[in-house]
Formats: sequence, structure tokens, C-alpha cells
Amino acid sequence: MNFTNFGRYLLLLKAVFRRPEKFKIYLQAIFKQMDFIGVGSLGLISIISTFIGAVMTLQIAFQLVNDFIPKTIIGSVNRDSSILELSPTISAIVLAGKIGSAISSEIGTMRVTEQIDALEIMGINSPGYLILPKIIAGITMVPLLVIISMFLSITGGYIGGTLSGAVSPAEYIQGITTDFNPYTITVALVKAFVFGFIITSVPAYEGFYVKGGALEVAQASTRAVVVSCITILACDYLVTQLLL
Amino acid sequence: MIEIKDIYKSFGSNDVLKGISGKFEAGVTNLIIGGSGSGKTTLLKCMIGLHHPEQGSVDYDGREFTGMNFEEKIEIRKEIGMLFQGSALFDSMTVEENIMFPLNMFTEQSRKEKVERVNFCLERVNLEGKNKLFPAELSGGMKKRVGIARAIAMNPKYLFVDEPNSGLDPKTSIVIDELIKELTEEYNATTIVVTHDMNSVMGIGDYILFLHEGKKFWEGSNKEIAHTDIQELNDFVFASRFMKAAKGKF
Repeated sequence: MNFTNFGRYLLLLKAVFRRPEKFKIYLQAIFKQMDFIGVGSLGLISIISTFIGAVMTLQIAFQLVNDFIPKTIIGSVNRDSSILELSPTISAIVLAGKIGSAISSEIGTMRVTEQIDALEIMGINSPGYLILPKIIAGITMVPLLVIISMFLSITGGYIGGTLSGAVSPAEYIQGITTDFNPYTITVALVKAFVFGFIITSVPAYEGFYVKGGALEVAQASTRAVVVSCITILACDYLVTQLLL
Repeated sequence: MIEIKDIYKSFGSNDVLKGISGKFEAGVTNLIIGGSGSGKTTLLKCMIGLHHPEQGSVDYDGREFTGMNFEEKIEIRKEIGMLFQGSALFDSMTVEENIMFPLNMFTEQSRKEKVERVNFCLERVNLEGKNKLFPAELSGGMKKRVGIARAIAMNPKYLFVDEPNSGLDPKTSIVIDELIKELTEEYNATTIVVTHDMNSVMGIGDYILFLHEGKKFWEGSNKEIAHTDIQELNDFVFASRFMKAAKGKF
């Protein structure tokens, strides 16, 4: 995003957070978006997290084969990697692809078919009505998905490690329960909150200002995913730097 | 009544509107006509606040619209109904939900009252019983009629219609034109229709404003339009062979 785009993004956010016309209607829209973002992504996040956890265990075991390093370290490295980085960031990048492109295309299509103009003519604050429910759903559901992802990633590590024989169940469980720092969960949830905001607001911005037709909507959708992913990685670094 | 005064609008170096003024009275069908690229839709969008004119003003019954802030504009917009060129129905909602949407947003009516109002609007546009259909299941003409039903749901004082006949067959076009005229008289609404359809011009044009290259070239009624000596207007009105052949009969 260049500075002009960033300025327009901030102005759009200002309009998004105007007082809603009717809370009841917004509440219904929020629940609908929560269902789409949260429940709709549960399967995908579950599969990805389980496999990532399993693969991580195998790779850690492969790299740490040394008589001086206890095998319990495999569990603890997998736990910390999953909680601090893999679950929040990989989930966010996957969700940016799935949800980000859907949000951008939905709002972009509404723009080029004059549905957003229709909302404005009715006297409705279109950024608020279209984007606010998505942002609220994003900042609440993405942390929940990340919590599930953490659990499944660690479980996936257990399954992968024991099935392959890289680590015994007892060693793995001892590893994940030793020296656990609960603060890592706080860091992960802060990341998830920030990523939830990015995943919903950046694609909404890209879709909201589309001009043209189907081709431009598709381009905006691609741009939304790319910009969201880069912003997620940049914010990942910033949050990690600030909190750890 | 809507009055526009000296409207200027440009996009980059392209001057689209060059000082347009006019008065659109209530209870009559006002038409803005002109060739493609003459600035009709831009003028309409300036009037409803989707574009911001660089100069000039738009008055809704004496209330200056262009200088209003967001909240003040919302009060005027609650009195506006609009039919878009592509109907602009919300894809994710049924016909009933589309028409009920402004009622949900701005009224405290009960569910029963809102359904009654939806049914009344659908009846008014001859689409009784189509409540549960989605826009994708409707024909072009039906979409336009649902768009009109949504536009009249809040009893608008001002009705804007952008290219009501685009993509419709001649018979359906006449039905839509007649509906617009009837509703204008029924609600005593200030109706402004942007069109380049000559059937509409001759059929419902109580007041016509002709734009050419961003300027107002002529204003008058459909009874006067065939008897002007303005070359640009004659070129527009009598462009088709049929209109040329019928010229002497108006």
C-alpha cells in the first residue's frame, strides 16, 4: 500500500466505525459473518494445523538427533513454535486467502453492480453496514480459530511423532508440559486479534474502491490476498518485537 | 421540486458538466435526455450526492443538498427512491428482503406491517407472490419492477430513475414507463428519469432537459420536442429511420 492508499484506508475505517443506523440489523450481520469466518473455516484450519504439527515434529526430530539432547525437547519446541508462530501466522495466511478473497469479491461485485450506491441512496452508511460486521467477526473468530489450531497442531505433533516412532508418547507429553510459559498464549492471541483485523479490513478496502467490471473485481481480489499476506507478516514481526 | 443551479463536474481534464441549471417540478415526469457521454448519468449522480460537483448547487424543496454534511444528507436520502440502470438489487436477499430493507433500517414497524407494505409494493408493480424469489431468478423486466417496488417502499418524495428501459424489450419498456408515470402522479413525487429511449421521451416526457456535450441545449415538453430547429436535438431525436419517417406526424 502506498501512502495515498493508506490514507484512503484510514478514511474508510473512520466511516466504518460511525454509529450504526440500527444495532439489531448489524448484530444479525455480525452473527452471519461469524458463521462464515469461524464455522466456515473450521475444517480447513483443522486439517492444516494437524498436518503442520505432525510435519513439525518429524522435522524437529530429524534436526535434533543427538545423544546430548533429550527427546522431550521435540514436544516443547513443537509446542512453542505452534503457539507463537505457526498457528497464528499460518492460520492467518490461509484465512487471508479463503476469507480475504471472498470479502473483496463480494464487496467489489456490490460496487460494480451499483448495490453500494443503492445503499448510500437509501441513507445507509455503506462502509459501516458492509465492513463493520466483517471486522468484528474477524477479530473475534480468528483468535478462536487460532486457539483450536494450537491444540490441533500440538495434537498433530503427538500423532505424527508416535506413528513414525520419532518420539515416544511419554517423551512428547513430558516435552509439551515442561517449562510452559502461559505468556506465549497471550502473544499468540494478540497476533490473532491483529491478523483478524487485517484479514477483514484490507480485502474490504480493496473491494470497496473497485472501479470497472469483472476483471477489476478479480484483480482486486488477488491484490487483497497479496497485500493482506504481506501486512500479516510485517505485523507478525512488529508484534513479536514488541511483546517478546 | 428539485432545482439545480450551474452544476460543473469534471473527471481529471475531462469536463463532463459545464454549468447545467434546471427546475424539476413535483407530480410530473421529468426527463434528462442526451446521447451517450453527454453527462446525463453524471448529472443524476451529482443530484443524489454520489458525485460531488465542483461548482453549483442542488436544492430539494429549498434545502441546499450539496453543502450538507453526512447526517443532514441522510435525512434527505430517506425521502429519495431510486431505480438503477442494472436494478442494483441485493443478490443475497430475496425480493421481499430487498423491499423490506429500507423499512428494517429506518422504521419501527412490526414484521406484519412490513410484510403488508412489501405486498402492497409488489402488487403495485404487478409482481404479487414473488416474495421469496432471489434476484438471480428474475427476468430483466421483473428486476426493474422489484427495483421500483423497493424505491417506493418508503413513500419517496423524490424518485430517480436511471435508464429504466436499457436491456428491455419494447413492450416491457412501455409497461415500466407507464408505471413510472402512474407512481409519479400517485405520490406527487418529483421524478427524474435519465434516458435516451425515444419511446419514453414521446410517451412520458412532461418536462425534458436535453444535454449535449455537457451543456443544456434545450428544455421543453414532449409536445414541443419535435418542433424545434436546434440541429443537435433534431439529430438526436430523429436519429432512427422510424423517427425520421414519423417526423411530420408529431
